[in-house]
Amino acid sequence: MPPVITVEHLRKVYGHHVVAVDDISFEVESGEIFGLLGSNGAGKTTTVECVQGLRTPTAGKVRVLGKDPRSHAGDLRGRMGCQLQESRLPDHLKVWEALDLFSSLSPGAVDWQMLIEQWGLAEKRNASFSSLSGGQRQRLFIALALVSSPEVVFLDEMTTGLDPAARRIAWDLIEKIRDRGTTVVLVTHFMDEAERLCDRVAVVDRGKLIAVDTPRGLVVRYDPLEQVVFSCELCELEWLEAVPGARSVARRGRRVVVEGTGPLLAHVGAALVDHGLAPDDLRVIEPSLEDVFLKLTGHLVED
Amino acid sequence: MAPQSGMAHAGGARHGVRHPGGLQVLFKLTWIELKLFLREPTTLVFTFAFPIVLLFVLGEVFGNQSGGTDERVFNGMGAMNYYTPAYIAVVTMSVGVIMLPARLTGYRGGGVLRRFRASLVPVWAVLGSQVLAALVLSVIGSVLVAAFAAVFYPVHFPDSLALLAAGFVLCSAAFAAIGTLLGAVMPSTRAAQGAGLMLFFVMLFLSGAGPPTEVMSDTMTRIGEFLPLTYGVDLLQAAWSGGTWDWTAAIVLAGIAVTAGVLSLRLYRWG
Repeated sequence: MPPVITVEHLRKVYGHHVVAVDDISFEVESGEIFGLLGSNGAGKTTTVECVQGLRTPTAGKVRVLGKDPRSHAGDLRGRMGCQLQESRLPDHLKVWEALDLFSSLSPGAVDWQMLIEQWGLAEKRNASFSSLSGGQRQRLFIALALVSSPEVVFLDEMTTGLDPAARRIAWDLIEKIRDRGTTVVLVTHFMDEAERLCDRVAVVDRGKLIAVDTPRGLVVRYDPLEQVVFSCELCELEWLEAVPGARSVARRGRRVVVEGTGPLLAHVGAALVDHGLAPDDLRVIEPSLEDVFLKLTGHLVED
Repeated sequence: MAPQSGMAHAGGARHGVRHPGGLQVLFKLTWIELKLFLREPTTLVFTFAFPIVLLFVLGEVFGNQSGGTDERVFNGMGAMNYYTPAYIAVVTMSVGVIMLPARLTGYRGGGVLRRFRASLVPVWAVLGSQVLAALVLSVIGSVLVAAFAAVFYPVHFPDSLALLAAGFVLCSAAFAAIGTLLGAVMPSTRAAQGAGLMLFFVMLFLSGAGPPTEVMSDTMTRIGEFLPLTYGVDLLQAAWSGGTWDWTAAIVLAGIAVTAGVLSLRLYRWG
């Protein structure tokens, strides 16, 4: 199956010298959740806007469903859906009116009555936009993004500003979108979100794409060391360095940290038992996407 | 895969339709704008009740001795025969400079426009729906003003309804275009509201809808010559009393409508 989105050597310069996107290339496969991960101002939104045809790239090639989104906007109308960062609707606009309006914007739109049920908005159909909670607004925006039954959906910073419970719900919603066969492009600066949802993640920093892989793949490739941690009063632990895979052993107070490559936990466990030790807090800390991000970009996402 | 083939079919149906239902989108947006307007009591009161309150005060103060005692003011036509068409022009001005800019800047600041853009709503549909909604609201406001004047004061029937209607459309178009231009260039809703209110009151007092032209100082008259409302008042008064067409006023208003319209399309920003 051909990729849903192809981006080749995309470059976007604002004005004369503000390089927002610098030579970015990637492909999005059909049916996956593809993440664009980076800190604010890294160039994610500009990239997505170029892909959607909302901005003209300075250089490079963009294809969505095999078509140029700038010159074939009409053909792609309704085949792309999107939820925007920090967007609103008029305060007094009712839920059903929004769905009705946006479904009239694209031919071949699905029956929005169904969407209103599906996304749990039936009770709110006559509520005005301003009266909706953050979570309800998100659901409405997703419903609006899906009203044209698009083949690919762009979700830009969807969970920013949501409380933890609402974020969990939003994550479930995103998985539901993917499960109905729609390709999802997820723009986020949340590591846990990308790790939990994305089939593949592109790490973007300062306008450049530094890595693309599955979250697990990124971890294995860029930060393969895991840590085995346990508490122990003994001082003599040099023998742990001989455990297969172990690179270093460090003591921090009562805590002992063995760093190395897997399967480290089993080997450390076996060595401990051989030495007559059975700490009850033995556990492994796997490197997270956040560690990888830090390693790749040299800074934390919030910086 | 059944869903895939269904999608391909739908995609095929879309092919070749560059602006699917463009007019339908325009009308739908206009209809929604009108509904939203009705849900905002403050704008509603300002747009519809304020001109009537002013007209009431003027009517109570000056009465309407048609061709009355003092021939030196109100073009000799009687205060209410003078003010009623003037306040129809004021209604179109109020909708144009107060409602439209606040609406457009509010939509931009809140990201509503970006939302529209992402769904490929054309610029002309966004601005066109504002202009159409303004026209409809102006019609309602004007009918209310005229009905109020006719019921409570002996205002004569317009000498030429056709010219009055034509003048009204020109007037409305000019102020709607000014409104969309302000909406395009003003950085925020607050700025738009401030600019709109100032324009509103300056024009209200210096364009013939406040003191009649005869009692204005030379300075006031000269400033008035630069205000679009002056021409709107002239045009509608000529059509109402005398049934004549004021070509100067018409050309000025048409020029304003075209210039401001083109500029607002060019200066329009989504976000």
